[in-house]
Amino acid sequence: MRRFLLVGAIAFAGIIFILRLFYLQVYDGRIDDIFSDNALRKVYDYPKRGFVFDRYGELLVSNQPSYDVMFIPREVKPLDTLEFCRLLKIDKERFKTIYEKAYHYSPWLPSVFIPHLSKEDYASLQEKMRKFEGFYIQKRSLRHYETSIGANVLGDIGEVNDAIIERDPYYRMGDLIGKQGVEISYEKTLRGVKGLKVIQKDRFNRDLGPYKDGIYDTLPKPGSDITITIDAKLQAYGELLMSNKHGGIIAIEPSSGEILSMVSTPTYNPNLLVGRDRSKNFSKLYNDSINKPLYDRGLQAMYPPGSPFKILNALIGLQEEVVTTEDRFYCNHGYSYGGRKMGCHGHPSPLAMNGGIYNSCNAYFANVYRRIIDKHKNPAKGLDIWSNHVKSFGLGDYLNNDLSVGQPGKIPTSKTYDQLYGKNRWGSTFNLSNSIGQGEVLTTPIQLANMTAAIANRGYYYTPHIIKHIEGQTIDEKYTTPHHTTIDKKHFEPIVQGMFDVYNYGTASGVRINGIEICGKTGTAENFVKVNGQRMQLTDHSIFIAFAPKDDPKIALAVFVENGYWGARFAGKIASLMIEKYLTDTITRVDMEDYLLKHTLEHEYAKPYSGKPFGINKNTTLEQISEPEYLELKELLKQLNKKSRDPKVIKKNQGLNL
Amino acid sequence: MVEAGRYYKFDWITIILFFMLVGFGWINIISASHTGDTINYFDFSQPYGKQLMFIFLTIGLIVLILAIESKFYERFSSVIYIVSMLSLVGLFAFGKNVNGATSWYGVGAMTIQPSEFAKAATALAVAKYVSDLNTDIRKIKDQIYVFGIIAIPAILVLLQKDAGSTLVYGSFIFVLYREGLSPLFLVLAAMLIGISLSALKFGVIITSIIITVVILGHHFLRRRKPLLIQPISIITISVAVAFGVRYFYDEIIPFHQKDRITIWLSLEKDPVKLERMKKTIAYNLNESEKAISSGGLKGKGFLEGTRTTGKFVPEQHTDYIFSTVGEEWGFIGSTAVIIVFILLLLRILHLAELQRSQFSRMYGYGVASIFFMHFFINIGMVMGIIPTIGIPLPMFSYGGSGLWGFTILLFIFIKLDSDRINQW
Repeated sequence: MRRFLLVGAIAFAGIIFILRLFYLQVYDGRIDDIFSDNALRKVYDYPKRGFVFDRYGELLVSNQPSYDVMFIPREVKPLDTLEFCRLLKIDKERFKTIYEKAYHYSPWLPSVFIPHLSKEDYASLQEKMRKFEGFYIQKRSLRHYETSIGANVLGDIGEVNDAIIERDPYYRMGDLIGKQGVEISYEKTLRGVKGLKVIQKDRFNRDLGPYKDGIYDTLPKPGSDITITIDAKLQAYGELLMSNKHGGIIAIEPSSGEILSMVSTPTYNPNLLVGRDRSKNFSKLYNDSINKPLYDRGLQAMYPPGSPFKILNALIGLQEEVVTTEDRFYCNHGYSYGGRKMGCHGHPSPLAMNGGIYNSCNAYFANVYRRIIDKHKNPAKGLDIWSNHVKSFGLGDYLNNDLSVGQPGKIPTSKTYDQLYGKNRWGSTFNLSNSIGQGEVLTTPIQLANMTAAIANRGYYYTPHIIKHIEGQTIDEKYTTPHHTTIDKKHFEPIVQGMFDVYNYGTASGVRINGIEICGKTGTAENFVKVNGQRMQLTDHSIFIAFAPKDDPKIALAVFVENGYWGARFAGKIASLMIEKYLTDTITRVDMEDYLLKHTLEHEYAKPYSGKPFGINKNTTLEQISEPEYLELKELLKQLNKKSRDPKVIKKNQGLNL
Repeated sequence: MVEAGRYYKFDWITIILFFMLVGFGWINIISASHTGDTINYFDFSQPYGKQLMFIFLTIGLIVLILAIESKFYERFSSVIYIVSMLSLVGLFAFGKNVNGATSWYGVGAMTIQPSEFAKAATALAVAKYVSDLNTDIRKIKDQIYVFGIIAIPAILVLLQKDAGSTLVYGSFIFVLYREGLSPLFLVLAAMLIGISLSALKFGVIITSIIITVVILGHHFLRRRKPLLIQPISIITISVAVAFGVRYFYDEIIPFHQKDRITIWLSLEKDPVKLERMKKTIAYNLNESEKAISSGGLKGKGFLEGTRTTGKFVPEQHTDYIFSTVGEEWGFIGSTAVIIVFILLLLRILHLAELQRSQFSRMYGYGVASIFFMHFFINIGMVMGIIPTIGIPLPMFSYGGSGLWGFTILLFIFIKLDSDRINQW
């Protein structure tokens, strides 16, 4: 049957072709959506990114145009390279490398030749641009920081990476997105919605016109301006006081939960992360493992809170009715238990609650804590009750607010100790350090500031937040709903009095401000680091919490100064000055201000990396910065003092910029 | 002249299938070649306008072919063949070079590609020679003559760098086999293809082992006398062929053709080089496959194919026209085109078998074989089933010479078929 050979071949070919078509078009293929179809050019129209204002209307972040020199390698015609290079301030070698790299990437696609031209370079280049065929200038919008403060608050924007694109299809290669600070927390508000134009192109990447007469095209929607709760002047003052010291200040308005300032040092000028040198500067900041400028100490650093935590134990003792304000406890330079001793400093003994607080007596709080835990037969039950009270102050968990970073801290529960020692195999003496805020307790400065706000409010707090107002929107309800603690209002008065007396007779009497009723509590926290796998103890952290005025609190804050030794040595002074600055906008204790500006702790921070043995706490010395450095800080202070907080004046001054 | 009352004798099914393909082909040429927002179908500066003109001229050509007495084609087949061969030879002297191939005569603004007409001439000549009463295709002498008739145009077009057309002449093996050529030739052809592919894909050592095992196994299973001279000589020749093919691939073949084979057989394992190849040598294929694939089940619709509109597939209105079908008409449309082609081929074969004269039957077979070869190579190439070989898709691809060549080829057969009753 010779005639069937060709018939068979035809049938065979038909089957193969249909199978192949099925594979290509049905099994493997899909109708391209316009985004994955590379025959269509998607041109985005980027809207204006929203501005950021401080609580008084001072413009903090705006936009600036940036000019990128772009080129399409295949369209570049022979040109006067010498002149071109001179205009761009590059040499011929660099011209060649950029050109070849782009050509290798794609001869038909636009590549960036020089990003972020300065305005002057742009001006001189623009006139001659027509002489350089294949090159063109693309305008982009970059952030402009009107201030050099608050890098950790304001954050920055940068190009999206693959992971973001994968997660959110809104973003395309080369788009800008908030990377830190409010830029990331309010990204969607600030960015607006970009417009889209779909253009049919040919294989040489030439535009042929709108695709389907523009039915997929959209208009851009501009980003909204936001007002943040930060007081720019207070923020700047805090950063100045913290210069040459590592740590954080968080100041909150207790009646609203608005964050007035959020200082983290060492910090940097936010303008470093804009423009041509962004990636260079970013990696420099990122790789600074000693100063860690990108690490927000006010939000992310978990320290043992130390003595300020005693206040909570006093409140819990009262609430659980295991102690009265009049119960006195003896202190014999410490508290002895089971053959061990928790030391204390010299002060009168015995002490009732008020004296216990302002003298910060360890023995007093050891007694209170034991009574709380041992109230029930089962210490686990006592500890869990204690733990719940503590957590009601917003400790031990994320605050769930609008800040881009945060840490939960740590508040132990009975489970923590069951795991450590076994069920029913531990008692209050096993975790007595919790009484004085060491032990298993860890908090972040913002949590401590929030706790202080709750005390100032006598029993409730608003989630600390940074957004004050969004153009055309109301802010999230969760920031206007109070969170009540588990402590009854009546128990707060004696405690507040104790904190007030800290200033009157206690550990903070040296940092008193005449005319302002400040309530505070000093703290020191032992701390350890691991350098090259070796655990070493460093000088204690200086800690302070405070709020003022006593009966109508306007500001509550927590200050941490790393390795600052005792609480009033650095943190207390800073807290007092911040309060005075915020409430009266003047400084009467210029001596404290000078002390803080002059003294540096940089030598302390260098110690563990020096490789030499070093002394801590009592064996440390104070060091001063050089005279020129001091004068520089003084000059900054002078400029800062000139700044007005009056919204009208601010508006008038920046009228031109807007 | 065509006498009244004889129209019914033309095979209208074939004619309808032919015009279906021509018409749909033109629609796709519009998609593949339109440039602006408005399409003026009679704009003769555009490929689609020219093709429309070619199609109109085709109708006149058909009338002319059908008007000529069918005996003419048989009687003058050798003359037609000789004229056609001379036109091919003349290219060496007067040919015009287009895209590296010297396959065209320039006549004013037009170009004519004589190789498109040589196929019909060769089909006539082969049919004429083999159907001669004195010819016996089983004799070596006649086989040499027939192969000569086929080889002359095949070699001439190869010399003009038109390797695709050369392959088409290979399709005459179907015709000759039908007329009694020994199956040995088919076995040899199959072995040559099999050994070549295996040598390239798996290497000569493995290929040699496979050849040895298969041939010795075949030898002993047949329980012949253990005379080993025959199998050993087959093995030796086969292994030599394998080495030869490999050597040809490694050392002789021009690099762009080598790369086409490399891509086709997936021989390149280095992803970087493969990516580069996809952008250079395999660019057409890659874009063509993407265009077809993007059509999905139903396609994007007439003039809606973004890859076609953007001219992502070079030569899309000529050799790569099927990718337009794939993108704009989807799986359904592409499958329909394939089925219409197959129906046409089967119809021609069916008619060929009905012929009373060996000449007509052989000619019909030749027509089907040539169409089939074009169909197979072109669509196979566009979809990446076989390596890239430049060859038009009959009735679809843009080009006057091609369209007229296929029209002449087919309608001579329709004419022969209409007269088969008279051939008693």
